[in-house]
Amino acid sequence: MDFELSMEQEILRRTVRSFAEKEIAPVARELDEKEEFSLETCRSMGELGLFGMVVSEEYGGQGMDYVSYIIAVEELARVDGSHAATVAAGNSLGIGPLLYYGSEAQKRKYLPKLCTGRSLWGFGLTEPNAGSDAGGARTTAVLDGDEWVINGSKIFITNASAPNSLGVTVMARTGTREDGRGAELSCILVERGTRGFTAREMHGKMMWRSSNTSELYFDDCRVPRENLLGQRGKGFHQMLETLDAGRLSIGAMGLGGAQGAYELAMRYAKEREQFGRPISSFQINAFKLADMAMEIEAARLLLYKACWLKDRHQPFGKLAAMAKLYCSEVMGRVASQAVQLHGGYGLMKEYNVERFFRDQKLLTIGEGTSEIQRLVIARLIGAI
Amino acid sequence: MNLVVCIKQVPDTETQIKVGADGKSINMDDIKWVMNPYDEFGVEEALRIKADKGGDVIVVGAGPKRVTEALRTALAMGADKAILIEDEGLYGADPIFVGKLLAKAIEPLNPDIVFFGQRAVDDDCGLASSSVAEALGMPQLAVIVKQELDGDTIKVQRPVEGQTNVLSTKLPVCLTAQKGLNEPRYASLPGIMKAKKKPLEVKTLADLGVERDDKIEIAAINPPPERAPGKVIQGETPEELAVNLAKALREEAKVI
Ligand SMILES: Cc1cc2nc3c(=O)[nH]c(=O)nc-3n(C[C@H](O)[C@H](O)[C@H](O)COP(=O)(O)OP(=O)(O)OC[C@H]3O[C@@H](n4cnc5c(N)ncnc54)[C@H](O)[C@@H]3O)c2cc1C
Repeated sequence: MDFELSMEQEILRRTVRSFAEKEIAPVARELDEKEEFSLETCRSMGELGLFGMVVSEEYGGQGMDYVSYIIAVEELARVDGSHAATVAAGNSLGIGPLLYYGSEAQKRKYLPKLCTGRSLWGFGLTEPNAGSDAGGARTTAVLDGDEWVINGSKIFITNASAPNSLGVTVMARTGTREDGRGAELSCILVERGTRGFTAREMHGKMMWRSSNTSELYFDDCRVPRENLLGQRGKGFHQMLETLDAGRLSIGAMGLGGAQGAYELAMRYAKEREQFGRPISSFQINAFKLADMAMEIEAARLLLYKACWLKDRHQPFGKLAAMAKLYCSEVMGRVASQAVQLHGGYGLMKEYNVERFFRDQKLLTIGEGTSEIQRLVIARLIGAI
Repeated sequence: MNLVVCIKQVPDTETQIKVGADGKSINMDDIKWVMNPYDEFGVEEALRIKADKGGDVIVVGAGPKRVTEALRTALAMGADKAILIEDEGLYGADPIFVGKLLAKAIEPLNPDIVFFGQRAVDDDCGLASSSVAEALGMPQLAVIVKQELDGDTIKVQRPVEGQTNVLSTKLPVCLTAQKGLNEPRYASLPGIMKAKKKPLEVKTLADLGVERDDKIEIAAINPPPERAPGKVIQGETPEELAVNLAKALREEAKVI
């Protein structure tokens, strides 16, 4: 057994940490307040190399392993959830499906641009009436000569309507399954600017306010036949596999967010005095901090182990679901107690801890709710 | 151009330093080690000169094996090659000796410029650079915030008490970098991957034909005294506050 990170991973952590502290932290609160996606920070994250982390150099990526990628997301989330979301969705959901299922031509066409962070790509699975039950998608794609004609809509799609969004992968019904059991689902690539395709930015989010979230509308939208991603009929499977890996990055957001909230709480509790003593010296508060430190450590080990399995090409789905669930719930508890330790100040926008408190809530909902994770785990351990 | 940058690995400035059990060294159990922040300015400046005038950037460090990480970080920033003088007992050594040791490793590189940070943030000595300059017979321009190269002449700016000294000399030269010289780049992710393949040569004291020859040793390290809590001056009116403040300064703090 070896719990040590490689030297490259240590250097990477330090680099991303100092980048996040110097470039993201100073603007995070204001972007959150204005509910504004920043092209500028997105570009500088791209210049650092945060997009295409696991993509080989051949396609413009960094050729790093999954543990490295997860460390980078963790360090961003330690400072700001929205920026971590842009990078996590960019890598796992935008780049991921193109990398794993794209044809050589599709990879050559899109990956080099996406790996610079100058362009983003969305992953359109969720629909207004198909969330947890993503297989119940209603969007259709019908082959008409050499073109797919797409109709329907998607909701909550990250990175799909930013000024630098280049396109989306859409899961649609392309027929009925050969065995007659339900719809045949396939993934199709749609570029921004295609007639009949509209991506509209969603506003009024409680969390991830400077991450771009979109509604997509397809109205007789026609794309070339070769825009099919991988095999016809494999769409649902592709999406599920993508989510398996995506869960690791949601886990990283939970872990990093928990770490960030914990550090804020620790600092504040040592500085704030009541009854003539730092509030951290009251045992009930010290124990809260102890619990936080313990849960974060456990979360980190679980998540890193899941990534380690993935890097070794071993089955990692069960641990990915556990890590996603556990890390996001740990961040929930940590952020809540961190606000508690801040007292009234913790409820004010002036204190960053309130942003962690809000940002946390997405993590138990996005990319499979906590209920769905428990379902996945229960199935994988053979309970149901 | 042969651009050499000397790098010291120091405890991260956020680390809480504790005195070790022997009372003469620091407790190294929980320390995160990083490249001395002032040395980052040196690396950055060397990389900029290289981009402008061509040449090679070689980083040199001395200390235990862990120093490799600081050197790899410099390679990830863009340096071409690294040399580690590896010795487990070198941390805390007499800086004049460390300078002599570094000079041995640097001399064969035939440097045009040797960069240092103006001081290391751990022991705050700032002596190793002078020792290297002395050993290699180079002029030393210390604590600089700007440099201009013109052929084999270098002109630098050095801030002194609100003024700026402009100094000039011929290469080769030893420079020490002050904050303000530049904004160091990040070790980018592609840079980190490329650094894996760059050469890092390891030498021992014996390889360099050097024996420990410290003239000074650390006798004791004392933690800073605990800061007394602040005092809030009481009073209803500005006049009353001023009187109470003056009284406290005179009678308690005894500074006026
Ligand atoms: C900011 C943000 C970004 C997102 N980004 C993307 C994206 O990029 N791409 C994308 O495709 N989607 C994205 N999503 C969508 C997200 O994945 C869905 O919101 C999520 O899967 C839940 O679906 P839903 O909102 O329809 O909730 P529902 O499925 O309606 O769930 C409502 C509640 O019912 C529970 N529930 C549902 N089914 C069961 C069951 N079988 N057993 C027990 N309980 C159940 C759920 O756990 C939940 O508590 C994003 C969402 C948000 C908020």
